Amino acid sequence: MSGIMIDRRLAIGGLLGLVALKGAAASEAIPAEVTAAIREKVGAAEASEGGITLKVPETAENGAFVPVTVTVHSAMRGDDRCTAIHLFATRNPTPGVASYQLGAGLARAEVSARIRLAEGQVLLAYARMADGSVRRAAARVAVSTGGCLT
Amino acid sequence: MSTPRIRMPASARAGEPVEIRTLIDHPMETGLRQQNGQTVPRKMIVRFEALADGELLFAADLRNGTSANPYLAFIARFEKATALTFVWREEDGREYRATQRISVS
Repeated sequence: MSGIMIDRRLAIGGLLGLVALKGAAASEAIPAEVTAAIREKVGAAEASEGGITLKVPETAENGAFVPVTVTVHSAMRGDDRCTAIHLFATRNPTPGVASYQLGAGLARAEVSARIRLAEGQVLLAYARMADGSVRRAAARVAVSTGGCLT
Repeated sequence: MSTPRIRMPASARAGEPVEIRTLIDHPMETGLRQQNGQTVPRKMIVRFEALADGELLFAADLRNGTSANPYLAFIARFEKATALTFVWREEDGREYRATQRISVS
């Protein structure tokens, strides 16, 4: 039991820490509760970079309304299908922002939403594919006015 | 209050990508906010579902990080005329619904 737990932690460690975040996001330490929230949604599968785009403004004037678009490169047919997208905010009071479930009737694995960001931070997007693989993208967002408590 | 709004074309060609944009007027109160020294009571939509002829097309589990007046857009394809149902569910089970039809040629 404990062995499994350790393996899982190692896998998540690899998922979050060792696989470097791109650019400015690279130096960001990810808090334990964020890791736990990701583990809960994504499981222990190791996430690969690439094949997923997280589009978000570099600077959000108003943290209460931050437009986000996640695009997963997937034909959405047969085995090449994205089944779920999860969004996490590393420095929000609640790290899990939203989880999206993608049905077989979607033409593209693309979701747009507006989210709240309490302060400048790294946003993480995870995509689960029909074959069980997981993809990840990270983006740093600067926030002029925090959006959670106002 | 809490009026759902759907934007999508009334017709499409079979298999063509169709963008569906949804928005509902809703405060998405997290229960963390203070106003005049009082905590504003929590009031959140936690689940959104889009059904195509009763089958799940797209769903979202929303948590605190979703903006007020939640906006969600996704891209579907239809092979035949389809009846769409959109449901927004609050934590206490209260639901808001909208329906839309798309004809397919």
